Amino acid sequence: MKRFLKPIVHIASLLPLLLLILDWQNGSLTANPIQYLTLKTGKTALILLSITLSITPIVYLTGKKFIRQFKKMLGLYTALYAFLHFSVFIALDYYFDWELIKDAIVEKPYILVGFSALLILATLAATSTKGWKLRLKKNWKRLHRLVYVAGILVILHYTWLVKADIREPLIYGAFMAVFLIIRLPFIRDQLIKARERKTSPQVSS
Amino acid sequence: MAKIKSSEITSESDYLNRRKFMKGAGVAAAATILNPASILAGINNSALPDSEKLTSFESITNYNNFYEFSTDKEDVAKLSQKLTVSPWEVEVGGLVEKPGVFSVDDLKAKYTQEERIYRLRCVEGWSMVIPWTGFPVASLLKDVVPKSKAKFVKFTTLMRPKEMVGQKSSWYEWPYIEGLRIDEAMNDLAIFATGLYGKDMPKQNGAPIRLVVPWKYGFKSIKSIVKIELVEKMPVSLWMKAAPNEYGFYSNVNPKKSHPRWSQKTERRIGEFRRRKTLMFNGYENEVASLYSDMDLKKYF
Repeated sequence: MKRFLKPIVHIASLLPLLLLILDWQNGSLTANPIQYLTLKTGKTALILLSITLSITPIVYLTGKKFIRQFKKMLGLYTALYAFLHFSVFIALDYYFDWELIKDAIVEKPYILVGFSALLILATLAATSTKGWKLRLKKNWKRLHRLVYVAGILVILHYTWLVKADIREPLIYGAFMAVFLIIRLPFIRDQLIKARERKTSPQVSS
Repeated sequence: MAKIKSSEITSESDYLNRRKFMKGAGVAAAATILNPASILAGINNSALPDSEKLTSFESITNYNNFYEFSTDKEDVAKLSQKLTVSPWEVEVGGLVEKPGVFSVDDLKAKYTQEERIYRLRCVEGWSMVIPWTGFPVASLLKDVVPKSKAKFVKFTTLMRPKEMVGQKSSWYEWPYIEGLRIDEAMNDLAIFATGLYGKDMPKQNGAPIRLVVPWKYGFKSIKSIVKIELVEKMPVSLWMKAAPNEYGFYSNVNPKKSHPRWSQKTERRIGEFRRRKTLMFNGYENEVASLYSDMDLKKYF
C-alpha cells in the first residue's frame, strides 16, 4: 500500500493544474479568466504550503515517520504553483508592462509581500537537492526554516487581498500557527512523551 | 457554475438585430424612440466608440458582485433565483413634500423607459459595457418634491435573509445602503434601471429596480432597492462602515487615486485580454466633472 502513496501524492498535486487546463479547454474559466487563474493558482499554492507544513507536526503526533518523504515533493509543488501564480500576474494580467508592474509593487504592499514569499520558496526549491544539503550542512536546516517566514508572508498577502471578510485567510493562518507551535522544542518533547506513554500500556494517566 | 440557458442568450442576438434595424432606420427614427435629451447629452450608444463593444449577456448575468447572495461572483446567478421580485414596492420618503409607496410596475408605466448604454467599472479592476433600460433618478425625485433641507439621497436594498442567503453573514452590516449628494442624483446620467438587453432586470443584476451611476465604482449602483429617502446628513454606506479607509462616500472612478489592492489606473474589460487605461469619471468627465469642480478628489474619494 505504502508504495502507491508517492504516485498518489504526485497525482493529487498535479490535479488542480489539470483541472485548470480542462476548464480552459471547455471555455469555463469564468467571464474573467485571468483573475480566475490567478485565484486558483494562488489558492492551490497556499493549500499545498499548509499541507507541507503539517507533515512534521503529524509525524510528532502520530509517529508515522514514513510520511516525511512527502515533504520535499509537496514543497516543490508549492513552489511550482507559486511560480504559476506569479507568471499569470506578470505575463497574462500585466502583459509584461514593467512600468505598471513596478507601480503595482510599490503601491500595493500585498504584492511586495507575495513577491518576497515567492523568492523564499524559489530559494528553498533550488536548494532542495541532496547536493545542496551536503554543501550547506547545518545551515541547510536553518535556511529551510525560512518556509515559516514564507508562510507568514503568504497569510499577510492573502489577508490584505480580501475585501473585508478575512476569516478564510485567518483559518489558514491559524493552521500554520498550530503547526509552528507543535514544532517548538518544548511542545514537541511533550507531545512525543505523551505518545510514548500511550503506546506503552499504563494504568494511570 | 449556473450558466444562463442558451434559449435566453438568443435574446442577445435578437437585441443586437433590433439595434441594427434601428440604426438602419436612421437617427431620426431612433430619436423618437430614445429620449431626445439623452441624445443631446451624447450618452446613448453612439457616444461609446466602436472599440467599446457591448459585454455579452452571458458575462453580464454570470459574473456578479452581489454579496446579499454570495461573495463568489460565479455563484450569484444561481443563488439569486430564489428571490421573489413581484410584487415589489419602493418607498420614497424622508424630506419630501409628496412621499409615497410605488410599485415597480407603476414606476415603469409612469416614466418612459429609455435605453442607456454605459460602462460599468468595478472597484476590483474589471469593467463591462451594459445596455440598461430605465429612467432618470431626477424624474422620480422631482415628482416627490424634495424639501430645501434635503441634501442627500439614501438608498436601501431589500433585507430578506431567507431569500438573500448572504445576509445571514454577520460580517457586513445589512441591509446594503448607498447614498448620493442630491445634485449627483439629479444628474441626467443617474438612472433607475429596470432591465438590461431589452429584458426585465435579471435577479442577479439587482431585480427589479436598481441604481446606475456610471461615473462611480460599481458598488455605488445599489441593487434591488426598496427604500429611497431624502436626508439632510450624508448617509453612511455599507462599504464606508466595512472599510472607511478604502471606500469613501463619493467613490468616483479616479485613476489618480490608488487603492491598496486593485489597480485603478488600468482595468480589464470583460472579454478582452489586454488591460485598458481607466478614464477619469469612467469616461463621463464632460457630464459630471462640474459636480466636483471645487473639491480635492484625493481627499473626498
